[in-house]
Amino acid sequence: MTSSSVNRKTFANRIDWFTLFLYLLLVGIGLLAVFSVEYKSTDPSFFMPGKSFVKQAIWLGPSLFVGIIILMTDSKFFSSIAFLSYTIAIFLLVITIFAGKDVKGSHSWLGIGGFAFQPGEVAKIFTSLALARFLSMPETNFKTLKDRMIGVGIAMLPALIIILQNETGLALVYFSFFLVMYREGLPNAVLIVGFSLVGLTLGTLLISGKILFIIITVLAVLIGVLIRKTLKRDAVARILILAIWGACILFSQVIVPFAFKKMHGYQVERIYNMLGQEVPDEFRKEPTPGEMEKAKKKDTDYNVRQSKIAIGSGGLWGKGLLNGTSTKNDFVPEQHTDFIFCSIGEQFGFAGSFVLIGLYITLMLRLVHLAERQRSAFSRIYGYCVASILFFHFAINISMTIGLAPVIGITLPFLSYGGSSLLSFSILVFIMLRLDMDRQVMIR
Amino acid sequence: MSLAANPRQYVVRFIFIGIALVMLVRLLFLQLFEDKYKVMANDIAIFRKVMYPPRGVIYDRKGKVLCFNEKVYDLMVTPNEVSKTIDTMQFCNALGIDTATYNKLLQKARFFNGPMRQGVFIQQLSPSQTARFQENAYQFNGFQLLERSIRSYPKPVAGVVLGFIGEVSPGMLKTERFSSYLQGDYVGKDGLELSYEEVLRGQRGVNYLEKDNFNRPRDSYKKGALDTPAISGRSLQLYLDQALQEYGEKLMQNKLGSIVAIDPRTGGILAMVSSPSYDPNLLRGSDRAKNFSDLYSLATKPLFNRAIKAFYNPGSTQKPMTALIGLDVGAITPSFGYPCAGGYYACGRRIACTHSGGGHAANLRLALANSCNSYFCDVYRRSVDLGKFGGVKKGLEDWYEHMFSFGMGHPIGVDIPYEIGGTLFDSNAYNKMYRGVWNSCTNVFIGMGQGELAETPLQMANAMCIIANHGYYYKPHFVRAINNNPKDTVLAPYLEKEVVTHIPDTNYAIVALGMQDVVERGTAKVAQIPGIDICAKTGTVENKANINGVATKLQNHSMFVAFAPRTNPKIAIAVAVENAGYGATWAGPIASLMIEKYLNDTIATNRKALEDRMFKGNVISKYVYILDSAQRAKDRLREMRKMEAQQMADSIEQARRWRQVQFVVDKYYYRKK
Repeated sequence: MTSSSVNRKTFANRIDWFTLFLYLLLVGIGLLAVFSVEYKSTDPSFFMPGKSFVKQAIWLGPSLFVGIIILMTDSKFFSSIAFLSYTIAIFLLVITIFAGKDVKGSHSWLGIGGFAFQPGEVAKIFTSLALARFLSMPETNFKTLKDRMIGVGIAMLPALIIILQNETGLALVYFSFFLVMYREGLPNAVLIVGFSLVGLTLGTLLISGKILFIIITVLAVLIGVLIRKTLKRDAVARILILAIWGACILFSQVIVPFAFKKMHGYQVERIYNMLGQEVPDEFRKEPTPGEMEKAKKKDTDYNVRQSKIAIGSGGLWGKGLLNGTSTKNDFVPEQHTDFIFCSIGEQFGFAGSFVLIGLYITLMLRLVHLAERQRSAFSRIYGYCVASILFFHFAINISMTIGLAPVIGITLPFLSYGGSSLLSFSILVFIMLRLDMDRQVMIR
Repeated sequence: MSLAANPRQYVVRFIFIGIALVMLVRLLFLQLFEDKYKVMANDIAIFRKVMYPPRGVIYDRKGKVLCFNEKVYDLMVTPNEVSKTIDTMQFCNALGIDTATYNKLLQKARFFNGPMRQGVFIQQLSPSQTARFQENAYQFNGFQLLERSIRSYPKPVAGVVLGFIGEVSPGMLKTERFSSYLQGDYVGKDGLELSYEEVLRGQRGVNYLEKDNFNRPRDSYKKGALDTPAISGRSLQLYLDQALQEYGEKLMQNKLGSIVAIDPRTGGILAMVSSPSYDPNLLRGSDRAKNFSDLYSLATKPLFNRAIKAFYNPGSTQKPMTALIGLDVGAITPSFGYPCAGGYYACGRRIACTHSGGGHAANLRLALANSCNSYFCDVYRRSVDLGKFGGVKKGLEDWYEHMFSFGMGHPIGVDIPYEIGGTLFDSNAYNKMYRGVWNSCTNVFIGMGQGELAETPLQMANAMCIIANHGYYYKPHFVRAINNNPKDTVLAPYLEKEVVTHIPDTNYAIVALGMQDVVERGTAKVAQIPGIDICAKTGTVENKANINGVATKLQNHSMFVAFAPRTNPKIAIAVAVENAGYGATWAGPIASLMIEKYLNDTIATNRKALEDRMFKGNVISKYVYILDSAQRAKDRLREMRKMEAQQMADSIEQARRWRQVQFVVDKYYYRKK
């Protein structure tokens, strides 16, 4: 197929309607979810200005408008502005540290004439573009350590600044770029070590010591059986697998319990509370009177406990639309933003949650599919960036509502209430759609 | 760039799907395998609101309201939900209390109901408090208004009959009858409110409401599918005549005693006055406890229903019954006479009679009219010593049975609680008292209503019903109908005719004639009402009391029993005025005025002076106060002894428990270490 034949296709035919459809569907579900948590039977009318779902619907306008503009822009535009926009984004982020509004202790919001936005959200787009541009440059050789360091630098610089803004949750999302860089040739070990550490940490906290010991040992034996030929030949491999097994056991059975014994009672409690878990008896301590006061003031596990109650009470089919007693009556804090998944879990039960998670996974796999069919590396890498960012948001957000991950304030893409969040995710997706329209064109 | 498939894209896809699967497994556990979250969600979000039904209204015989419901609000509080940032000043201003009271009440609620449960903060707010609270209710998290209704009485009459309601006590909760009640529920505590509790209370309803995180009720849960409506209590229609009751209470003011008026045809009680009476409106609302203790501490005991709880020697009012028994067993005939010369000497000492000679006891009618003591002492002795019984002990058994069937010696079964049965001795009791050595002279006084015979005014009135009806009665009762249904099963026991044993009509007729003579030419001429044949009997009852260790003879009790008219009687009445003198001086006029009021609805002008004298008479004896304070001192002493014993028992129990705890600790705790 030549590029001329591609150009003969109509504008509409070149758009990936399936992705667009998934995007609109998710935004629609988001509006419904925000509406349902705010609904009160005493409301005088359905449409009330000032309600979050109305604001969200209004925000959909600019989002789609910007989306259409993007679709009509030249696809080479995005790669050409990549570095410039990245520089501006970094500049904005730095300014925000000093000029940012104080919202719940973080300085990540910038106010421009009565309108507030989070540069950290928007910076994701430009970081994606910059990373894609850098990795796709012909002079970049991602197998060299220097270029790898530059790649990691591009991804981590905004994260560093955002941490300085005291918005750790958002910074965590930038780690999603490791997934992209893995696809582009970062060693396997990075991913395996990363995931294993996360898994081991969560496992230590969520699973009791003895069971975890068994799981780790079984895993070690299984891997040993799978690579038994290598083990026979290679003494280093044998020592390595033993060492990893030993380190895991040491970490989960000795270091963590020891650290918890040394830590203050409220600190241990805090760690468990972030996961919405009760502190196990073995680590429970009698708090000193001073700590008791501290403990009274904060109620960190309240969010997760309420969120788990809301989702857990949904059952298989849920309580039905507008019948969610926990979400409708404000028991879950931040339920129209970070904890929006609760309203789905409560009102539509396991079935609804299954469908929603299915939609997200479909969208991400579709994005990976789109990325893989690009002719130019820039488009492909950018596609992976979009998929990875969505994935991190999705995975961390839903995991924290069901007590699998610590409570980190990041939004659920398309569903959570919030204008700048919706706008930035829309831009992310629409740029990918635009690039995909020109998938046969080499973009540098 | 090669377009060949990169294997790492599959790793990425695998990671996406893998994480999603982990989430789904977790959701599976959360939503399908664990039930506790459903329970927890309901616990936090569903508010069970108890709906109290309106209590049944009580009407008098003419449909006038005696007791109805007024709406009031209780302020409830859930201590832990009261936010620390509450504007205490504003709250206190709205309720008109000071901050110290606020803290005290909050502490109290926390203490009694715990921090998480809703408890009473202030009971029965005044309308202005309610309005001011409601204006700002949204600012006061943790506080809620609970609508309740309280009893209200348009006229301050019949307090002891209607009774009162109050919070169910811990003692009541332990009984089977009230085991389904919850602490804080209101329940009838005396009078009709208690006896007809099940009828009046209705059925509590429950509304399930969704509440939000600030405990504010929002919508009904599941659109009210689980709600049960409150069913209103049923109303009572009484025989009681409000006007007559009010009139009786007015007649009895400044006197101690009681009036019981019964319609003999139905057993329905037309009026029951216990004097001094009190305004039932005092025993409702937030001042109930204070007013109750005030009333309770009065020496004249207004809360004590003298009509059913006080018992007196019947005195001469016993004489018609003595005559009836004498006639029935065949000891005398209506023409039997006794040559009384001012006293009865047959038992070796003089029993005085107020009359002497002149043939005042020449036959039964005359003896009744003149109330000859000697005559009835003789009749009593003849009755029990009758040859056919073969001994006084058998004879007294028969006399006892007659009296028992007249309703003496046991509670008759009126439909208000705590009725007393009075005193009626049988042979066994006398055997115990005199170690088996006694004869008809020993207890000859009971023939004229003194000695070991005591009756409540209700029993006296009921005996009048029996004579009026010529041998039967219906259990005296107040309630004519429930929800206008006179045949309600609850009322079944009162619809049964109680027949008194085998005394022929002619005997009743002759006694009734004698009683008519009492009014027309005997001791109770004062009770005459033109145009109405009244049958009556006066009673003047000697009584003594132990005052400072000295047995002192007190002023006589004034008694009067009557029924009218003689043919086709419509009212039977008993009046007792304590320590007032002759029966004809106080009780007689009161009874006759009551009869006149009931039958004629007005008092004849020539009797206005009598009426006025009754209204104004004050015959409360000073002994009442002396006796009362002596009794209270005795009660206090007894109470103190009881408390000391209780404290001793408690400390022993505590020591025993402590030893047990020590034992467990020693055995299990230290050994483990």
